[in-house]
Amino acid sequence: MGEALAENIVYRHVYEFILSVFGSELAWLAYAIATFSVVLLVVNVLMLLATFYTWAERRLLGRFTNRLGPNRAGPFGLLQALADAVKLLTKEDIVPRSADRWVFNIAPIVMLGSVLMAMGVIPLGEKTFLADLNIGLLYLVAVSGLGSIAVLMAGYASANKFSTFGAMRAAAVLISYEIPLVMSLLSITILAGSMSLIEVVNSQTIPFLLVTPLAAFIFLTAMSAELNRSPFDITEGESEIVAGYLTEYSGMKFGTFMLAEFAALMVAGAVFAVLFLQGWKWAILPSHIWMLLKVGLFALLATWVRSTLPRLRPDQILTFAWKFLFPLSLINVIALSVQRLLLADEFGNLQQQDMWLMVVSNWILMVVAVPVLIKITNRKSGIPFGESAKFHVGKGV
Amino acid sequence: MSLHTEPVVVNIGPHHPSTHGVFRMRVTFDGENVQDVEPVIGYLHRGTEKLAEERQYSQVITLTDRLDYVASMTNNQAYVLSCEKLIDIEVPDRGKYLRTIAAELQRVASHLVGVGFFLAELGGFGGTALMYCFRERERILDMFEMLCGARITVSFMRIGGVFQDAPEEFWPALRKFLDEMPGYADELNKLIFESEIVQARTKNVSVISADQAIDASLTGPILRASGVPWDIRAAQPYDAYDQVKFDVITAQGGDNFDRFWVRMLEVEQSLKIIEQCYRDIRSGPVRSTTSLLFRPSPGEAYVPIEAPKGELGFYLVSDGSIAPYRCKIRSPSFISLTLFKEMLVGWKLADIIVSLGSLDFNMGEVDR
Repeated sequence: MGEALAENIVYRHVYEFILSVFGSELAWLAYAIATFSVVLLVVNVLMLLATFYTWAERRLLGRFTNRLGPNRAGPFGLLQALADAVKLLTKEDIVPRSADRWVFNIAPIVMLGSVLMAMGVIPLGEKTFLADLNIGLLYLVAVSGLGSIAVLMAGYASANKFSTFGAMRAAAVLISYEIPLVMSLLSITILAGSMSLIEVVNSQTIPFLLVTPLAAFIFLTAMSAELNRSPFDITEGESEIVAGYLTEYSGMKFGTFMLAEFAALMVAGAVFAVLFLQGWKWAILPSHIWMLLKVGLFALLATWVRSTLPRLRPDQILTFAWKFLFPLSLINVIALSVQRLLLADEFGNLQQQDMWLMVVSNWILMVVAVPVLIKITNRKSGIPFGESAKFHVGKGV
Repeated sequence: MSLHTEPVVVNIGPHHPSTHGVFRMRVTFDGENVQDVEPVIGYLHRGTEKLAEERQYSQVITLTDRLDYVASMTNNQAYVLSCEKLIDIEVPDRGKYLRTIAAELQRVASHLVGVGFFLAELGGFGGTALMYCFRERERILDMFEMLCGARITVSFMRIGGVFQDAPEEFWPALRKFLDEMPGYADELNKLIFESEIVQARTKNVSVISADQAIDASLTGPILRASGVPWDIRAAQPYDAYDQVKFDVITAQGGDNFDRFWVRMLEVEQSLKIIEQCYRDIRSGPVRSTTSLLFRPSPGEAYVPIEAPKGELGFYLVSDGSIAPYRCKIRSPSFISLTLFKEMLVGWKLADIIVSLGSLDFNMGEVDR
């Protein structure tokens, strides 16, 4: 951690400032304060992004649905998130009498904690990261799983049947979609030869989105399931189980959940950018701006999907995970392994022309594998993927 | 080792986002599967039938507005038709045409609400589908405002005709609507009916066979979705329906998808009817000169109409006084709920909400 932090501009300035004021005998204090300020910065960047995104999504969704969206608080309604936060803070904080108080109260904290912890390994720009873990991807998987545990805790502790439904659905989705998600991360590891997120970015001479489109597709799908985004938003499913695990939450605990959810989306966007879009790298603009733009692209995609697709039934979601995504991710991992075995030189490195070869073969693989798998899934599960509307209109009387 | 499980009873409603008002279901769940379901109604009971007995015939029209509050026009129509039969008066031609136009506009509006909420219950679209539907409904309500000054509780139809002739600005607005609506309907169809998720969610779910539907005396789009070509507008024409040509839409499946596909196609037919009325309407009086206060000779009358949700009729019994002796409302929504249990048991939690939406019932009409 120390090495990575030492390169951080904020860290360096704060550290040197404190040293110049107090002298070098208080180096430990300078180290502590500088580290703390960097962590605070990263956390606040994430929180600000998340609150900004709540506004952006509502505005965008408004446009998608022929509405204006929030436009009253501040210019273009930009202060809407602030207004919401004030409203939520002034609401009564209700804990149901039969609830498991302790679990009920810490569930939102666990949820937010899991998102914040994920920020620890994600590079936000060139040389801007808290830690360069050599098992970064593994850490991400572990930490993001914690979020679903928080949902389970909230649903169980609320002592409400709708909440329990939501929690059980969350558990089912977690178990099913973690596997394709990990498989798609595995294919990134195969390509980059490392689990460190910094290494993953550095090894992307070509964006991995081009090299392995299947992994990107699987990642996006599995991620939207993990994030309870449409069309996999069964955990909250507002028309069916009221608000799912959130039913009994009010006030700022509810706000914390919502904030964590939006922050999780931002983190997912950052992970997607790092894994598939060359992270902070690109031309002309500073690296942090590129990172923001790529996260914004992911967020836009998420909002767009949300306004276009209805929700799947829980059993269909699970069928989709096990019978379609899982085999697809297996195929992808096997294909990438074989390609790497054949193409890598004696040091295990991939040259750029080899990468281009992989681009071609993987796109061909996607074009072939997806329709074939759809056909097989279709026959076995009876879910009509790819079946167009066929209707007979009879005339009466 | 097998895990010990037991069924759990969940009260869905009366306060629930998708129970169309204050409908309550007491559902026994085995996991997500529905084992048993019991409807509990009466939360919106206002005693309309009894209230009608206390009022003069012409005063009851405002009560009918509040029955099915997303289709007030057709409620008015059913009531005044029964009254007209009771006192045996003829409505002028222009009045008939205006009534038909208003009723068909109301059908479009009601079907849009039905389809919109059905899709909202399918979950998400982030509200897109619902807002698309409501955008067009809004224009219809604007036209109602031109006709009678009210948007929801219209009281537009009167015994012997309609409240007043349509104002000048109504006709260009109607023309514009007729020209633009087919495009919007296409847009909606592209968003919804070509969506694989919608089809996967709704096809072959909660199937009602034709025999079942007839046995339960279902009417309207639900009956036609099961393949029975029964439409009162065609079978026993009232108002100007004998002057217009239209198709009775049926589908064969009887599942959730068919039920709302039939509604979307009926919107098309309604536009066709309005188009013909717009073409054929001639100037003249819109209302026969009948006193507001009348005493029909003792007798009874029942004129069924094809309301957006099915057969709606007011069975009026007169004892020769100024108020009806009895006013029995045959409301389609209430009867649509007959097959409730057969439709829902055995399906999943996510399905029963959608199946309920496909019935497109309205609690104002169920409880009366």
